[in-house]
This record gives sequence, structure tokens and C-alpha cells, in this order.
Amino acid sequence: MTATTTSATPVAVPKRRLRDRLPVAHQLRQSVGLQRGMLVAGLVITGLFVLTAIFAPLLAPYGFAQLRGEDGAFGSQQAPSAEHPFGTTVGGYDVLSRVIWGAQTALLVIIVAVIASIIAGVLLGLVSGYFGGWFDRVLVVVCDAIYAFPSLLLAIALSIMISGGQSSLWGGILAAALSITVVFIPQYFRVVRAETVRIKAEAYVESAKVLGASNGRIMFRHVLRNATRTLPLIFTLNSSEAILTLAGLGFLGFGIEPTAAAEWGYDLNKALSDVTSGIWWTSLYPGLAIVLAVLGITLVGESLNDLADPRLRGRRRVAQAAGQVAETSVVPGGTLSAGPGGLDGLESGESFDEHGIEVKR
Amino acid sequence: MRALLVIPTVFILVTVVFIVMRATGDPITAALGGKLPPAQLAEAIHNAGYDRPIIVQYFEYLGQIFTGNFGTTLSDNRPVVEVLVTYGTATLELAFYALLVAFIVGIPLGMVAAYVRDRWGDAVLRVFAILCYATPVFFAGMLLKLVFSVWLGVLPVAGRASTGSELEMQFLPFSTGIYTIDAILTGDPAVLGDVLRHAVLPAIALGLLTAGVFLRLVRTNVIGTLSTDYVDAARSRGVAERRLVTKHAYRPALIPIVTVIGLQIALLLGGAVLTETTFEWKGLGFMLAEYLQARDFVAVQGIVAMLAVIVALTNFVVDIIAALIDPRVRY
Repeated sequence: MTATTTSATPVAVPKRRLRDRLPVAHQLRQSVGLQRGMLVAGLVITGLFVLTAIFAPLLAPYGFAQLRGEDGAFGSQQAPSAEHPFGTTVGGYDVLSRVIWGAQTALLVIIVAVIASIIAGVLLGLVSGYFGGWFDRVLVVVCDAIYAFPSLLLAIALSIMISGGQSSLWGGILAAALSITVVFIPQYFRVVRAETVRIKAEAYVESAKVLGASNGRIMFRHVLRNATRTLPLIFTLNSSEAILTLAGLGFLGFGIEPTAAAEWGYDLNKALSDVTSGIWWTSLYPGLAIVLAVLGITLVGESLNDLADPRLRGRRRVAQAAGQVAETSVVPGGTLSAGPGGLDGLESGESFDEHGIEVKR
Repeated sequence: MRALLVIPTVFILVTVVFIVMRATGDPITAALGGKLPPAQLAEAIHNAGYDRPIIVQYFEYLGQIFTGNFGTTLSDNRPVVEVLVTYGTATLELAFYALLVAFIVGIPLGMVAAYVRDRWGDAVLRVFAILCYATPVFFAGMLLKLVFSVWLGVLPVAGRASTGSELEMQFLPFSTGIYTIDAILTGDPAVLGDVLRHAVLPAIALGLLTAGVFLRLVRTNVIGTLSTDYVDAARSRGVAERRLVTKHAYRPALIPIVTVIGLQIALLLGGAVLTETTFEWKGLGFMLAEYLQARDFVAVQGIVAMLAVIVALTNFVVDIIAALIDPRVRY
């Protein structure tokens, strides 16, 4: 896909409009037909999820740990009614409220987990890929080993280590998030390291070295900003995995106490015995919440992935999109013309907006 | 070259497990802390050797694993290896059926999706694949239970076999622990039917998770191979598009699946813990969850370390198989 980058003259790269440079907006415009439908559906569901999480205190009719209303206790395993549209759980909580509050817990865990693993994974990948040597080799083997390991088991072991298995709100969120973090670090590490190794050989890194730039400057200014373009993709995929891991932990009893926060996996665990007696509302709604949240985020991630891969992109606009590949190439204007113009383009941050995940190679 | 990597991988995994499990303290305090007076607790710790320097314990642990000794559980005092042999067969059986479901569902649907790519059928199938991934196995299991066991009443709610069948299998002179085989050995079709009926829902719940992965993989790879030269050549000879998908493009597209099965083993094992808990399928995952509840971290450490070894070895075997199938891959 680099065929269009071979123009020999320094190309004046037109500065793209802001709406083109926003990460997802660009893909949205690039997409077509069904692909656009899937992306839009994903964005809508994800948006609903985030909004629910943020406005949970306003949306939820009751608190997540509330057991009684104005006219007494809610009662246990009450079928859906006007007061409790989704019924009540075996512990006497309102299912609807816990489903809504659960979005908040899930979002918090995603944020903490993904940010922590991005920082750790990106730093390790960058340093490891840039300097190489035995440190690099050891890290690669360690990360491969962790990557191949059942992530849920690793998360269980870690949550025992972090919180001893039982948790308060922030203790539980941190334990869950950090357990997930360790599982995800290898993924970021691998991607960023591979990109770093590739970019390290680029001419503009050489020239920066010749100019006497320090290793730190080259790493963070020249390499890092070019090595991060596949991150939004991994970010979305990891967010959905984070929700599933959190739910899995909760289901096995390593979640957050019901009085500390609402957590879908925990609620499903408590609903397990309800199913046998035909009580469906305690499991259906938290489960659907998980499915919807993961579905939305995954739809976005999948669409981004497809739009990134020319083989999978919708056919009609391939030609048009191919023109944009050049723009997002590692060096604006093409590697061949990476004279002062190319480097200047780099310095001004022209090509670093993360939307450019389409240029894998 | 690749074979040598198994050793450091196993070594790293057991080390990580050791560090993680022992970072917070010794297993005896975790299991019995608060239940015993401090003096007795200290004595128990001393007897088990947990008051020695951690590095000594670490090397002892490595030595034990090297000789195949994964420790003895605290709560019911059984060797972890015995737990694995007793319950591993159940997990193996479940994983086998789940993979079967994954193949039967994932591969044909993936080919269909590639055939109708970028049309409605494709979109529906892909959303289905994402749903397979997005639905936690325990939720899928609960829904299946609700519909087929409670509402329709056609399949059993939980367990590996009904009590009658289990009794009948007990009288076998030689028991494999794999219920399907044992049931065949009894020669009683009713027992076999009972065992198979118990396996249906757990296999679907766990299998769909992997089916989604297979579907996406087959679709992407078939689309990829459909644009290769030899498929173009076949197309120009007038081979029908449908035949291109089913005969020409699909075989090379299956090679990555073999590799991915290696990674799926990890996913399957993780999923097995959840599936077995949902269906009270008494396998390794079920026992792991039980030991977790009992805070028996020696058992957890042993089982997890052993699973790590299994995963590493399976990946190695899968790599070899991939090399055998695909002449282009050479290590």
C-alpha cells in the first residue's frame, strides 16, 4: 500500500481538517454501506454505555446497595413490577439499579486497566525495541509466556495477590483493573516493540541520530509518536476484554462486594441458582448489559480493524482511501522525499493523530 | 530452535505463578488465619517450611515441579497431580466437545460469510461472531439452562451424568474417567444417551465462544486466499465462485486455524473454569473454583502451574503440527 508514496518531489502535505484528523470521525467518513452501519451501531451502543455509566446516579431509581424503599424492604426475588421494572435479586436489591450502576463500575475498571497497561506496555515496548540486547530478548520471552497463559487464571492469581480475594469499592476496582492490566501489557508491548524495531531503521531516525539527538528525544519524539497508531484498535479490543475479565472474576467470587459497588459478574453469580427455579430476571438483565457493552465496543474495534486492512475494506472507496494511505504514512510526503520537508512534517506533528491505523505496512 | 523456547516459557510461567501466589504471604495464614491461635498457626507454618527464606522455598518448589510434584492441597490433603488426573479427564472431555461445536459451527459459517462478503448475510454472520465473543460463557450457559432445562425441560440442568448412570459406570472394571468412553464400555445405550445429553449444553456454551473466533478467522483467510494468483487462475478457467470457496480457497485458509487452536487452548481453559462452575461439571476448572473458595492457595498454585505447563506444551505441539501441515512454515 505504499505505492503512492514514491513521488520524488517533496510534497507539500495539505493540513487536514480537524474533523478528518479525529480518530474515529475519519473512519466513519471512509466507511461505506454495511461497514458504516456496523461502525455507527457500535458507536451508538458504546455511547449509551458511557452515558449510562456517567449519569448512573441520575438514571438509577435506587442505590446499588439499597434494600428498602419508602414502603419497606424490596423483598427478595420479586418479579418485575412497576416499582422494580427488572425485579429484585435474591439479596433483595433492585436489578435495574444494579444494572445501571454496574456500567459505572465497568467503565472505571476499563479506564484504570487500559490506561495502566498502555503506559506500562508502551514504555516497555519502546525501550525494549529501541535498545534491543538481552533485556529485549528476555522481555519478549516473558511477554510471550504471559500472552499464551489463560488470562482469566492469571487475573485470578493477581487478584488474590492484590486484594487477598475480598474487596472494597476502590480496592476491588483497582484489583480487577490491575489484574487485567498485567494480562494486557504483553499485547501493547508486542505491538509497540514491533513498530519500534521497524521505525528504528527508518531514515529519519538515522538523521536525528546524526544531528545528535539524544536517545530519549528520538524515542519519545520520533519513534513513539509513530509507533502508536495501532493502539486505538487494541484499546477497543482490550476494553471489551476488560469487561469480560471483570465479569469472569466477579462470577468466580473475586469481584467487588455488593455493598461497595454494583458488578454484573457478581450479580450473575448470585443468579446462578435462581435459573434452576425459573427466575429469569436476575440473570437476564445483568447478562444482557455485559453482552451489549462488549458488543458495542467490539463493533467499533472490528470496524476500525477492517477499515485498516485494505483487503477487508469495503470495495467501493478503496481507490479513494488509498490516496489517504500516503498521508498517514510514517513520513508525510513519502519516505523517499523525507528530506527537510519530511522531517518538518514529523516535527509539526502532522501525521501522528492516531487515526492512521490503516497503514500496517 | 522453537523447541528450546518451551523450557524458558514453562520456567517463566511457574516462576510468575510462584511470585504472584506467594507475594502476599504464606498459604497457611491465608487458609487458617483467624481460625487458629497464633502459636498453633506459627507451628503449622514452621512444619510446612513456610518460615524459611523465600528464595530457598522457590528453589525447592522448582525442584519439586521438575520431578512432577506440584504439591499437596491444604483443604483435603491430596496430591495436586492426583487432582489433575481425576478431574482433568472431565475438562478434556468438555474441551473436546466444545472444539467439536466450534468446528461444526465456525468453519462452514466462516466460508459462507466469505462467499457472501459485504452483503447482508455477511453482516449478520459477523454480528453473530461478535455476539459469540461478547457473551460470557456463564451467561450463555445460564440462558441455555433456562430455555432448554427449565422451560422446555428437554436437557439436564447440571452435572456430567445422572446418578443412575454414574453408579452403573462405577462397576466398570476399568474406568477412563472420560464418561463418553466409560458409557460405551458399559454397553448400555441409555447410559451413553444420558452422558451425551448432559454434555450438550456445556459444550454449546463453551464451543460458541471459540466458534466465533473460527468464523472470523475462516472468513478473513478465505477472503485473503480468494484474491491469490492460483484462485484467479482457477477463476479464469471458469470455475464457479462457490466451488472456489469450497475447494480452492478453503484449504489454505485452514492452516492458520491450527495455529490459533494453540492460542484457543488458553481461552478454552479459562472458559472451562467458568463453564464448569455454571454447569457443576466436575472438572479441573470446577475444582479450581472450589479451592479458590476454600482459600486453598497451595492447590490453586499447583493447578495453575500445571495448567501453565500444559498450555506451553500444547502450543509447542500445535506449532509442530502447523509445520507438518504447511510446507512453507519451517522452524
